[in-house]
Amino acid sequence: MISILIRRILSLVVTLLVVSLIIFTVMDLLPGDPAAIMLGTSASPETLAALQKQLGLDQPLPVRYLAWLSGVLQGDLGQSYTYGVPVAGLIAERLVVTLPLALIAIVISVLVAVPLGVQAARRHNGAFDFAAGLFSYISIAVPAFWVGLILIILFSTMLGWMPAGGFPGWEAGLSAGLKALILPAVALALPQAGVLTRVARAAVLEVMNEDFVRTARAKGLSDGTAIWRHAVPNALVPVVTMLGLQFTFLIAGAVLVENVFNLPGLGRLAYQALSQRDIVVMQDVVLFFSGLVILMNFVVDLAYLAIDPRLRAGVR
Amino acid sequence: MKKTLRRPVFLIGLFISLGLFSVALLSLVWTPLPPTKMNIVHKLKAPLEFGLLGTDQFGRDVASALMVGAWNSLSTSILAVALGASIGTMAGVVVAMRRSWLELIVMRGCDIIFAVPPILSAMMLGAFIGSGRFTAIVAIGVFMVPVFARLTLSAALQIWTRDYVAAAVGMGRSKAKITLVHVLPNISNQIIVQVTIQLGLAILTEAGLSFLGLGMPPPAPTWGRMLADSQTFLGQAPWLALMPGLAIALAVLGLNMLGDGLRDLLDPRDNS
Repeated sequence: MISILIRRILSLVVTLLVVSLIIFTVMDLLPGDPAAIMLGTSASPETLAALQKQLGLDQPLPVRYLAWLSGVLQGDLGQSYTYGVPVAGLIAERLVVTLPLALIAIVISVLVAVPLGVQAARRHNGAFDFAAGLFSYISIAVPAFWVGLILIILFSTMLGWMPAGGFPGWEAGLSAGLKALILPAVALALPQAGVLTRVARAAVLEVMNEDFVRTARAKGLSDGTAIWRHAVPNALVPVVTMLGLQFTFLIAGAVLVENVFNLPGLGRLAYQALSQRDIVVMQDVVLFFSGLVILMNFVVDLAYLAIDPRLRAGVR
Repeated sequence: MKKTLRRPVFLIGLFISLGLFSVALLSLVWTPLPPTKMNIVHKLKAPLEFGLLGTDQFGRDVASALMVGAWNSLSTSILAVALGASIGTMAGVVVAMRRSWLELIVMRGCDIIFAVPPILSAMMLGAFIGSGRFTAIVAIGVFMVPVFARLTLSAALQIWTRDYVAAAVGMGRSKAKITLVHVLPNISNQIIVQVTIQLGLAILTEAGLSFLGLGMPPPAPTWGRMLADSQTFLGQAPWLALMPGLAIALAVLGLNMLGDGLRDLLDPRDNS
């Protein structure tokens, strides 16, 4: 078990290093000199050279990469060219929007998908199953950011119940903050819920006829209790796996949805950094997101090993 | 044939997908009005008030723009999936043929690619070579490589364990020849199904990219940018936000259903 763990961690570290190297190199090859962009067109060559030196732009690429990496490892993500503040602070500031948004979306999608999937499996091939299948087909096909637009039309423009976008900040109180996040989270959750419903349904269907569920029924448990207490917990493993695998899409969705709702999150930060050519911010946000995805998959992998003893034996 | 008729998912998917392709192709030769022609007098008209689906803020015909948008979206997505499927499939069958250290490198590479969503890689690439159709195709296509590489690898590995492959090896056929004659034809069904489903995903992603301004540049109509433009007029002209989204959803729905239907239809284990 320990040797598997060490191997997984090593491969995690290597993957993260390669990703960081790729992102750094790509961003570094960008045309346009950040120093020139910061100073504008009127700067004298001497000032330009001085700033380039100050930013370390006169060093060769491997040196810059190592300097950047050692900074990243110490929590120093560099300075934003446009905001003139440390990027680490900037990311932390935006994370308090993106993280709750993603978490609420995950919670909503699981709360919708698991009961729906379980019921669909119980009424296999019935009307409810058909309706759940239709729901997942449609929710997978609709773009999350479009759902956001429709929710704005319905709940802000027409009914006036919800803000059309923006974020008051958590200083404004928990309920105001949550109110600003609920529509975007629903938009983000819908496609996830569609995918998860399918997974939950298939998983429950598979487990439903296993011996341990039959035993539970034979003991005199009602159908529902047998399924919820014995089949569903086992069916949750593929659901959790799918949540991990879908994480990339959740992040991509968040970038779009944050732009629809004008939320000052990480996705919006990346988008703004792109238009302002703020290379350091772009680099860090992309690195942060991909690191998160890789870590997520790592955690799912570990959870697998922890849950299923057969895998531990198999890997050896 | 009887079997086909008993599969509503396949039939509905086929119907919608054929509709999508026909509209896209039709837009090359005919649209109700020139899609980029402005007509300020008739701006922001509701559906049927002017044109079938109304007009946008410049008086451009929404129905015509949607038709051309179908072509733009579909052609971009097809090229992206072709890129991802060809590279991914090639990587998959080669790794299945050789295994060893190559497998480790390719599979780790897949993990890495999969960690960067196409939206972010398109942003990086867009900053590098400028945004546009090429950037979108590369960003989406590269993201699809792992999907096809993983699929082909696991499918091809199964074929390599078959008796007829062992027989071919015994007859002294080269690995490359076996891959061409035995492996690829036997996994082509799975690849076709995956191409259909990924085409739907590519359309979704392309819409997202052009929504952020990372797709085809204006004035070419794209579903994503029509949605982005509609944001200013949500209260005044909600149909501008409704129509392109419905078009995207319908296209993706059709392709997904077609893919699922094909999977059922082509599954050799289910010949009863």
